[in-house]
Amino acid sequence: MSNLTMSSLFMSKISQHNHEDASDKIGWDREQMAQKAAQDIPDGAYVNLGIGIPEKVARYVPEGREVIYHTENGLLGMGPTPEDDEIDFELINAGKKPVSAIAGAAYFHHADSFAMIRGKHIDVCVLGAMQVSAKGDLANWSTGAVDAIPAVGGAMDLVAGVKTIFVITQHTTKQGEPKLIEHCSYPLTGQGVVSRIYTDLAVIKVTERGLEVVELAPGVDFDYVQQRTGCELLRS
Amino acid sequence: MIDKRIASCRDAVADIFDGATVMIGGFGEAGSPIELIHALIDHGARNLTVINNNTGSGHVGLAALIENGQVGKMICSFPRTANSTVFPDLYRAGKIELELVPQGTLAERIRAGGAGIPAFYTATSVGTPLADGKKHEMFDGQEFVQERGLTADFALIKSLNADRYGNLIYNKTARNFAPIMAMAAKCTVVQTQVFVEAGDIDPEVVVTPGIFVNRIVTVENPAQESKLVSAGVTYP
Repeated sequence: MSNLTMSSLFMSKISQHNHEDASDKIGWDREQMAQKAAQDIPDGAYVNLGIGIPEKVARYVPEGREVIYHTENGLLGMGPTPEDDEIDFELINAGKKPVSAIAGAAYFHHADSFAMIRGKHIDVCVLGAMQVSAKGDLANWSTGAVDAIPAVGGAMDLVAGVKTIFVITQHTTKQGEPKLIEHCSYPLTGQGVVSRIYTDLAVIKVTERGLEVVELAPGVDFDYVQQRTGCELLRS
Repeated sequence: MIDKRIASCRDAVADIFDGATVMIGGFGEAGSPIELIHALIDHGARNLTVINNNTGSGHVGLAALIENGQVGKMICSFPRTANSTVFPDLYRAGKIELELVPQGTLAERIRAGGAGIPAFYTATSVGTPLADGKKHEMFDGQEFVQERGLTADFALIKSLNADRYGNLIYNKTARNFAPIMAMAAKCTVVQTQVFVEAGDIDPEVVVTPGIFVNRIVTVENPAQESKLVSAGVTYP
């Protein structure tokens, strides 16, 4: 199946554009954030997409690039959500939602699946974040709250084993607190693992010197982004 | 003559003893051997340590086993999912123990246990609270954490096809943890949807060779967990 067909299939399943996204909020909406990340996924890549906004990335991979999607519960060559009459409750993704398998897909058990991840065979993983530090540390599995039920899933394996980790996240929390900060206050998922961050305000590269802004969302300037960031940003 | 068939789910789990460690296949409902779990509820063994990726949904299957007070400890990667209230409630009340393991580490611990490997090193969880108190070691300039292999007294798994030797194939992403759990348990009990004659499964496509399987029960029309959950069914 050509990538064009794949992308349009994913596209055909887009739920109605979220009204939240369509508000007059400044910066990129969630679809545009996913689109930005998708531009940076190379042709021929094996890609694992996290739950939430990262799942949307598959719809926006540019025409002409063929990308193979891995889901850690045992499928390489994941296709889009099937029609209702084609759903098999034993063909699901890591979020436990029904998916399809492309022609040329492969099923495997969990140890093989995580050998793909931990053995550095997956090229790109796109994840959500609670916090990212100036050094690229990621916190995305627990707030550390005492009454929370801790649940980690495959996040620590993905950040430890996948060659390139992209993060898609709102630039601040709903309360306006920065999510990009000097040091993560939440328990870490991994140390120094994030390569690039796609927020509603900017695309940011993690460098040895700190977080470097490589692109600003329309209508947003560097100072606006800096004011909403908990560590010093670098200009590209 | 070798014939691993057992007449009923009840007979297949009859010797599971109080305090046993039981691996249960499945990722969410995909691959969950729900009829064997219900037989274990009827059987009533208590103070079990259960190894599964999750903690079940609603009030059937694994969630019902936990709700029935038979599980003293869960070893899993993701104990909270949609429709999962039984485990979180007991955990908050301090009535069940949890060992939280990253999903890939869980899979590798099971594979190692099944292969006679007592411990191994991985980069997953280094620098996070889940590596606290564990032995660390440097290899080629990178830090790794030691994890122990996992074995069990029993494994309860589900297959699509089984023959009398115990050769198995699975349905799509229902495979997940089953092949490695079959290797890691002293006694592996399989509920298969279809029992076939020896030779009907092409040796080239056998996923679990029969040496890892002890008992086979045919359950032609297994219940679908999500259907039971949405219908509000409880077990027993």
